[in-house]
Amino acid sequence: MGQLFLGLINGSFYAVLSLGLAVIFGLLNIINFAHGALYMMGAFIGWMLLNYAGIGYWPALILSPLIVGGFGILLERTMLSRLYHLDHLYGLLLTFGLALIIQGLFRNYYGISGMSYQIPAALSGGQNLGFMFLPNYRAWVVLASVVVCFGTWFMIERTRLGAYLRAATENPVLVGAFGINVPLMITLTYGFGVALAAFAGVLAAPIYSVNPNMGADLIIVVFAVVVIGGMGSIMGAILTGFGLGLVEGLARVFYPEGSAVVIFVIMAIVLMIKPEGLFGRAV
Amino acid sequence: MIKRLATCTTALALIAGAPTLALADIDVKLGVLNDRSGVYADIAGEGSVIAARMAVEDFDAAGKGLNVEVISADHQNKPDVGSNIVRQWLDQEGVTAIVDVPTSSVALAVAQIVADANKIFLASGPGSTALTREQCAPTTIHWTYDTAALANGTGKAVTDAGGKKWFFLTADYAFGHSLEENTTKVVEANGGEVVGSVNVPFPATDFSSFLLQAQGSGADVIGLANAGGDTINAIKQAAEFGVTQAGQKLAGLLIFINDVHALGPQTAQGLQLTSAFYWDTDDATRAWTERFEKERGAKPSMITAGVYSSVLHYLAAVEATGSTDGDKVAAWMKANPFEDALLGKGYVRGDGRGIHDMYLYEVKSPDESTGEWDLFKKISTIPGEEAFLPMLPECDFTKS
Amino acid sequence: MALTENQGDERIHVPPSAGMPVLHKVIFLVLLAFLMVLPFMVYPVFAMKVMCFALFAAAFNLLLGFGGLLSFGHAAFFGTASYVAAHAAKVWGLTPELAVLAGTGAAALLGLAIGALAVRRQGIYFAMVTLAFAQMVYFFALQTEFTGGEDGIQSVPRGDLFGLISLQDNIALYFFVLAVTFGGVLFLYRITHSPFGQVLKAIRENEARAISLGYNVNRYKLLVFVLSATFAGLAGATKSQVFQLASLTDVHWSMSGEVVLMTLLGGMGTIFGPLVGAAVIVTMQNYLATFGAWVTVIQGVIFVLSVLLFREGIVGVISRRFKRPL
Repeated sequence: MGQLFLGLINGSFYAVLSLGLAVIFGLLNIINFAHGALYMMGAFIGWMLLNYAGIGYWPALILSPLIVGGFGILLERTMLSRLYHLDHLYGLLLTFGLALIIQGLFRNYYGISGMSYQIPAALSGGQNLGFMFLPNYRAWVVLASVVVCFGTWFMIERTRLGAYLRAATENPVLVGAFGINVPLMITLTYGFGVALAAFAGVLAAPIYSVNPNMGADLIIVVFAVVVIGGMGSIMGAILTGFGLGLVEGLARVFYPEGSAVVIFVIMAIVLMIKPEGLFGRAV
Repeated sequence: MIKRLATCTTALALIAGAPTLALADIDVKLGVLNDRSGVYADIAGEGSVIAARMAVEDFDAAGKGLNVEVISADHQNKPDVGSNIVRQWLDQEGVTAIVDVPTSSVALAVAQIVADANKIFLASGPGSTALTREQCAPTTIHWTYDTAALANGTGKAVTDAGGKKWFFLTADYAFGHSLEENTTKVVEANGGEVVGSVNVPFPATDFSSFLLQAQGSGADVIGLANAGGDTINAIKQAAEFGVTQAGQKLAGLLIFINDVHALGPQTAQGLQLTSAFYWDTDDATRAWTERFEKERGAKPSMITAGVYSSVLHYLAAVEATGSTDGDKVAAWMKANPFEDALLGKGYVRGDGRGIHDMYLYEVKSPDESTGEWDLFKKISTIPGEEAFLPMLPECDFTKS
Repeated sequence: MALTENQGDERIHVPPSAGMPVLHKVIFLVLLAFLMVLPFMVYPVFAMKVMCFALFAAAFNLLLGFGGLLSFGHAAFFGTASYVAAHAAKVWGLTPELAVLAGTGAAALLGLAIGALAVRRQGIYFAMVTLAFAQMVYFFALQTEFTGGEDGIQSVPRGDLFGLISLQDNIALYFFVLAVTFGGVLFLYRITHSPFGQVLKAIRENEARAISLGYNVNRYKLLVFVLSATFAGLAGATKSQVFQLASLTDVHWSMSGEVVLMTLLGGMGTIFGPLVGAAVIVTMQNYLATFGAWVTVIQGVIFVLSVLLFREGIVGVISRRFKRPL
């Protein structure tokens, strides 16, 4: 029971990250390899805000995604937008290069040991739930990610803006003809997807050590999550994220040695049975 | 007999060497090979290069007819990159000693190459006991620590202090398993027992479910048979889940001062660990640290201290033998004890294992700590003879 | 679908029946002559490393440049072969050529297993799937006994070629490596200029058309994947004999990234591009080793610049300049 709950906490990181990837992929058709690096950057900016500007956790939770989102917009405008007429794989290669640069720079300036980031005072301590000791902060992580995930889902699936977005995904030319600024929408979407990564980064900062490699290992797992869920639906990305967190949590109890690969094994099985992913549309 | 022979040759070399020294300088080239970008960049990296230069300076090499040059490179923790650099250094650049080399995989590759080239390997950075056991080589001098010494020191001290029941969080690869195995032996020899362990995939960021298992095991002590970022994360999350507050103790089996610094005393307090060196030990270490810090901007780890100490002894050997020949220098280094400001007194055993005292430290609480780097208090001294594993007879290169 | 930008022009089209064009013959011969004297000019181990990576990149290029499939997990084949060859030479005591063969065979089998699943997806999915499988292989290598965990397999003996010729000497080993890698590259060249290569090209250009022409597209894709994996394995197995070790570096995903970079920089879909790219990257890593972490940053910058400004790669640009396929 306690273990399941812990799995859910990990699942929330997977969900927020794969959601960001899915949003970006939906509109730009780009797999954002830099997602892990931007997640790391989000955590680092949270740390910098605290240590250089004395800005605490709560403002950082908003500010850091804004800064990273802005950075993402800059990347999209100056680089990614030049690649839209080419094969999508170039987008993957470009973002891979960007990830190397970002991680390398942070490694040069901040070393590898990592920085410590204290849990905000309001959320320190925890509750004894009888079956487990639940740190308040972890509970907050789950709550915050659920809210963000479903907020995003609502915005995209249930609002007018979301309708434009979905329409632009299907047929950008037609939507453009209706007088909607599609390139701007693409730019903002990228910024938003990246901001989600940064948000996850700030959430992660107090529990994992803030270090330049924190995103590199995570992103590959998230890729697998995305393949399992399929890129088609926002809800698919969210549910798969939480679900795989649970599965991984169970694996840690019953077969800890295999817990690192369980997601990849599931991926292989899904590929054999339903190649387009659990929630995916055929590509 | 052998020892006498060694001292004899040394004496001969001294007599024979003395006049020639005045005539021609001996070229010594130290190749500091370590991780300058990855996990060990903070505990070794540029710090080891600075420490090596300081040793050359303090030895007054120029005044003693040694023409010493220090070069460095990044092995990126890749054995192929490391061995390529070392081959090139030895074959083409005339490097006479390879220094530091954290990361055991690289060190093991380097040790063999250095032995083939008959030069010296001053291993301060790596922890693998294989360097003086399964893969021992006549020219390997394993200076500062090894995993067995750390496991031994911490395992014994914690068990003696009443931590009888152990649970291990073990990084699931060779290093983690050997650390667990070494510590288990020590714990059992001292009347403790191991109540369980869990193999954690490496590298891991989330330890919560493993900590929960440890919590449920009823152990007194949770042994962290892992390193670097894994150890940091485990300690951090143990604090978060109230593991330490609930009375269980953590024992870090491979942890450096830079890791503790990254955690901060708030999180790491009470953690016990073994080290060969702590900067705030006495006036000599503080004075040295001050010089070091001016260049590096951080306090030295035991690895950097070990680089300084090992280079001093090496230079003394080169001066005495008037040679950079690997066998001759190694024989002198093993035949003569050393003493310096950082690691104190010690000697090098026949298998190349540097023997010196190790210390058990406990991380101070935030109230006790007066500064960012005021982190350790000494619990006990572990005499060198007890700290390290006994020598394997087949690895004693002073016999044969 | 295809990655090369000017897929329309027929610049790499060589009729399969024409044999090797004179220009290519000349380049291969000059290259061979150059490689014959190279070990006497530069450090032989370094030269061998370049050759191993050149073969690795060429094998990768077969899949990407000619098959149109971007794999982000080629380190799995390179590394597996490296481990198996090192193990074969050290523990089983096989001679170098047999050890290399064993490693290559292992890579081929792994290529078949991963390929069978991966070719079900295309484009970006294909890239992610291969990456995920490579990650599984990485964890496997980390945890199993025979790979030696993070220490890798150390001090692999260099052995005697065919049980006769000692490879202890760097120069002797160099010529063994030269024969293997050069032979490998020539074989890959032959494949791309065979009828099989032509079908691949047809699939890359227009998959639907190839299907309608009656080709079993997935089987072709799988075959090219296995071939690419096999030669990547040959490169990895050879490398383990050169450095006398196999380690986690060889299976890590950054190795997969490096081989993509080499191919991209040199010019994907060209014949000599991967060789040039490998030479440039390995040289750079070697001489920039003192700059530490900046190597990663510089590689990233090269990646970004190649994608943004220089998509044809070094050889691609030269090739266009002279209007000859290279």
